[in-house]
Formats: sequence, structure tokens, C-alpha cells
Amino acid sequence: MKKENRSSLPTFEQSAGHYLADTQLRKNIGHATQTIRKKRDDVTGELPDWEELRESGRQIKQQVMNNLDDYLLELEESVTAAGGVVHWAADADEANQIVTQLIREKQETEVVKVKSMTTDEIRLNEALQNAGITALETDLAELIVQLAGDESSHILVPAIHKNRSEIRDLFKEKLNIEHLSDEPADLAEAARLYLRKNFLKAKIGISGGNFAVAETGTVAVVESEGNGRMCTTLPDTLITVLGIEKIIPKWCDLEVFMQLLPRSSTAERMNPYNTFWTGTTDGDSPQEFHLVLLDNGRTKVLADETGRQTLHCIRCSACLNICPVYERTGGHAYHSIYPGPIGAILTPQLRGLDDSSAASLPYASSLCGACYEVCPVKINIPEVLTHLRGNIVEHNKKNGGIRFKMDSTHVGMRLMARAFRSRKRYERLQKIGQTGQKLFEKDGMISKLPGELSKWTDFRDLKPIPKQTFREWWRDRS
Amino acid sequence: MNVSLFLTCVNDTLFPGTGKAVVHLLERLGHTIDFNPEQTCCGQMHYNTGYRDETVPLVRRFVELYEDAEAVVVPSASCAGMIHEYYPKIAETTGDSALEKSVSELLPRVFELSGFLVDKLKIEDVGAYFPHRVTYHPTCHSLRVLHVGDAPLKLLKNVRGLEFAELPNALECCGFGGTFAIKNSDTSAAMVGDKIHHIKQTGAEICVAADNSCLMHIGGAMSRQRSGIRTVHLAEVLASTEEKPGGKQ
Repeated sequence: MKKENRSSLPTFEQSAGHYLADTQLRKNIGHATQTIRKKRDDVTGELPDWEELRESGRQIKQQVMNNLDDYLLELEESVTAAGGVVHWAADADEANQIVTQLIREKQETEVVKVKSMTTDEIRLNEALQNAGITALETDLAELIVQLAGDESSHILVPAIHKNRSEIRDLFKEKLNIEHLSDEPADLAEAARLYLRKNFLKAKIGISGGNFAVAETGTVAVVESEGNGRMCTTLPDTLITVLGIEKIIPKWCDLEVFMQLLPRSSTAERMNPYNTFWTGTTDGDSPQEFHLVLLDNGRTKVLADETGRQTLHCIRCSACLNICPVYERTGGHAYHSIYPGPIGAILTPQLRGLDDSSAASLPYASSLCGACYEVCPVKINIPEVLTHLRGNIVEHNKKNGGIRFKMDSTHVGMRLMARAFRSRKRYERLQKIGQTGQKLFEKDGMISKLPGELSKWTDFRDLKPIPKQTFREWWRDRS
Repeated sequence: MNVSLFLTCVNDTLFPGTGKAVVHLLERLGHTIDFNPEQTCCGQMHYNTGYRDETVPLVRRFVELYEDAEAVVVPSASCAGMIHEYYPKIAETTGDSALEKSVSELLPRVFELSGFLVDKLKIEDVGAYFPHRVTYHPTCHSLRVLHVGDAPLKLLKNVRGLEFAELPNALECCGFGGTFAIKNSDTSAAMVGDKIHHIKQTGAEICVAADNSCLMHIGGAMSRQRSGIRTVHLAEVLASTEEKPGGKQ
């Protein structure tokens, strides 16, 4: 998917068909998610206290959300005391301005970045580009996505939609390599040579963060490649952009999350690289540390009692890997940096319900509940999905005007709701169905229905309503 | 026991055979059945689509109809799940504490069919006979909302003549999801396509589940593919005997 203007994005249902038809994409994603799903099952299953860990994770996050203002102030104090500088950004523009200004002050035009969803959310790279600053992504998958001019399609594995021969072709073209096999080791080596040059000359690094400990001011980045450690330790200046929900209260709380996160995300017992830093240390790079704390809609989510649990998310992506909808469409159909089940609840809350693309996402789920079952911090995603659907219907009732009132689903729902409130009307509706269906019945089956219902018969037959309903049988029997 | 049957709108209208099967089965086991024709729908379709206000009168209706019932049996795991999981929440939003109280008092007496048989009546062998190769799809709401566990499997495995075939990727959704099947029809079709592929792998003649709405979806897509495999509700398998073979819809 090429980058697009976010102001007029298509809805999920408009896009899904296109991605479903891409058989290579479906194969790539199906293979990857099914593999990691099985591995996750194994490594979570081997912990006797996995369920207790999930509950601890949920409780710690709930405590944070209930007292977020206090924890944020505590974090600011500890970061400042450790030699860092804290900046507050209400929205994407403000955050981008802060980061741009910090880079300009150093008169730099190139920065290295390590995977940060938050900076993708605010489109920092574009803002920097407009200011004449080049940001090089250094996470391998993010680099692939950046070189391809593409958008990420998975929280943890942004290039999950590409297979290795596609990546080989991309590297050959963009990195000017004449001969390259599609062996993972060769591909990794090509990226490594390219990245290492850039790490060594970079004066400024930009990172995201997995956790920020209020008590100590420590920020943590958890990763698999070591590129994140390069970004956070080699440059003279480090700028970390963090959503305000990433706080955990105490150092000892890391014990819980450092078990929950890797097992849920990469299905590993521990991540290969876990980097923790607290402010700055004399004589040890970086000498300047800036922490940009981003709201960008998060306090709005916090205000909603049911929706609030969305902010518990530790971005492990287990819900994406288990989701049967995500498995088939991939991440691009969600038109959000946060795809899959968590994206389906986070994106509409962050962007608001006037954004029709975002408002289509709570419906991109069969409510099968598999996401809730695997979530390491027990976010009840189906509950939030139905809650948001309710908010969307209310929003449309108020603001949707005549178009919404005429919408076939809305009309159908109103009609059925009225029928279900009275036995007489309900039985009359059964009769109307029995009579009306005769127009469409052929050889004892309905294979073509009009209007919105044709979306059922495009793929499935329907048995006609039998001549006798159960209630008629019961009446005759007694 | 006097059992009140909450049949659900889908079963009443589209699958009367399931209702009849429940009546035959429970009568065979020595219970009396009461069917109140004032019943309509549990409200799941409205609730899941975002029409929560429209669900409130249906919650009230349910409570009024069954508050004095000894036991309410629902032959649909997703509707029973709706009642157990969401009725208390809906009642809470009305601010009507009497309704909240009635819901919480009624819920322990509301059962999905297989749970009623195995957990409440402690019966795993209902004396059924069903000579077919059968696979079982444990629908999402029976698994993850209602948590019926292995009650349906215990019942099926005691059915004489029945040859049970394990369904690969059984825990994965069939793609029905109520209005999802229409609103996101393309995705839903892709999901049911894979489900059917797995059903075919079992070599079963019949796919059984505890939810006719999921079976309507799976069966409708199998019919379009001319697969020759049928779908039958669990109640109809359990009601079937040598004297009175069932399972034909």
C-alpha cells in the first residue's frame, strides 16, 4: 500500500475485498500469524502462573489509568532529577514541532530512528522531511517498509506482508546491491552493512519506548535486533517520544511486564535486547535526553469508563496474530498505524467518530473473542468493540441526518426492534417473511436476495423459512 | 422438572426442527416443557450492532416472562451467552435497580441446552442413536462468552452409532458474527471458506454445533459449494433415537 492522505481514507469494508484478493499477501500473513500463534501458546503454556501474571498486568495498568495525572508528574520529576528534559505535547503537531526544534538547535539534518509506533501515529518522519531533516528507520522491518515507500501492516512485524524474495528485490534496487540471495542471513547482512554506516555518523537518535517507570524515570525499549540499542546509546542526543499511557508505577512492576510482553509478542521467553536508561550519565552517551510525552487523544480515551482499558495495551500484537479477520485482510485494510483488534478499538477512540474510516473499524470483527483470550493485560476487546458500535449508532442518530435514517441496516434494525417488542408484530413479521420469500425461492433454496441482503447470497445459500414455525407446531400440538 | 423453553427467534422462525428436538429430548428424559408464545428475541443482534437502547425492552420482556421459571433452557449458545454476559450490564445502564435484581436472580436458572444436561442434570448419556460420521464446530460464543467447555463433546461421545471426527482449527471463528456476515461480507466469506476446507478434511457427513446461526452460515456456504455435507443442531442429534431417527432439517 502506498502512503495516502489520511483525511479521506476508505472504510474497512471498502478496502477488505482488495486485500482479500491478494493471494500472496494472504499466504504471507496467514503463514506468519499461524506460526507465531502456535509458538505463543507453547511459551505462555509453560508458565504455571500465566493467568495470575495477566491479572497482575491488568491491575497495574488499571491503577495507572486511575491515577495517571499523579504518575505523569512523578515521572517528570524523576526524569528531570536524572538529567533528562521532559516535554509535553497535546497533539501530533505539537510533538512534531518539539522534535523538529530540538534537531534544529543541533543544526543536524539526519537522524536515526528506532521503531516507534507513536512517531508513526503522529507522522513524525513526514514532518521532519518537510523541515529538511532525513529520518532513517533502523528497525529491519521498518527499514523495509521505509525503502518501499510503504506503510506498516503489523504492530510488531511491520513488513509481515512481504516475503523474502520481495525483500531481496527491494534491497537490490534501493541499496544498490548487484547480487543478493533471499536467505534471511544474507538479507540481514545487507541491511546491517547499510545501517552500521549510519549509526556511526548519527548525532541524534529518536526512539519510542515500551515502558516508563514513574518511580525512577527509567525508560525501556524491548527489541530483537540490537538496532534499538545502537540508536539509544551511540548518538549524543536521544529524543524519546512516548504515549502517556506507557507508564508503570515502580521498577519492580517491570518483573510482570517483562514476562508478559516477549511471550505474547515474539513468543520468546525473553527478548534478545532490553535497554533501560535513566536520564543521562556523564561520559557515557547520550549526553542529552529528551522525553516527549504525547497525549494526542489519549486523555479523551481515559475519560470513557469502558473504553479506558484500551490504554492498557502494551503493543504485543498477540491479538493481531490470533484474529481471523486480520489474518485474512492484513493490516493495510485498517488504514491505521494500529491494525487488528487493538487498532479496531484504539483508532476510532483516538481519531473520533466523525472519521468514517476509523468509525468502520469496530465493525471489522466477528466478535469471536479470541483477542480477549490472548491479551496479556486482559483488555476485553469484544466489550469495547460493542461499546464503540453503540457510540457510533448514537453518534449517527444525532448527526447522521436523513442519510442515516434511510440506511438499510438502520431501517432493518428499527423494524426488527419494533417487531420484537410485541408478539403480534413479531408473528406478523414471520408471515411477511414466509410470503415475501416466495419471490426468491428456487428449487427449495434462496440463492439471490435483493439490496443489502444480496451480500449474504453472494456467497451463501439460504434455506427458506419453513411453512410452519415452531410456535405454530406447539399450538397445534397442545 | 418443569422447563421453560426460550427458543430464540432464529430457531422459532428458521429452524423449528431444533425446537421440536429439544421438546422430544427433554420429555424423553422425564421433564415437562412450557413454551410461552409471548417470547420473541434475546436482543443479541441489536446489541452487537450497536443498538443498545433497543435491547432494553427485550431484557425486560425476558425477565417478565421467566422470573418464576424453575429452569429456562436456550438451545443457542450465543443467545444464552448474550443473556448471561450482557443482560446484567444492560440492566445496570437503565438505573432500574429492581430490573438489575431480577436479572441477577434469574440468571442462575438460565441454561444453554448442553450445559443444562451435563452441569445441571448431570447426564452425559441421553440415550441417543445417530449413525453418522460427525464433526463438531465449537462456536465462538459457546466457547468464549458462555464457556460451555466440553459439555457438548461429552454428550456427543455418548451417542450410539455416532462416529466422531475431530475438526482441525476448531477454535477458529466461522465468520458469521451476526451483521458482520453482511457488513463485511467479503471477509466473512473468506473465513467460512477456510472453515469448510477444514470440515471437508474430517470426512464427516454432518457438521454439528450448538448454534443454528453459525450453522446457517456454514451450511449456506457449503450448499453454494455443493459440498454434500449437512449441518445439524446438537439438539437434533441428541433427540435422535433408533425408533425416531432425526437430524433431517
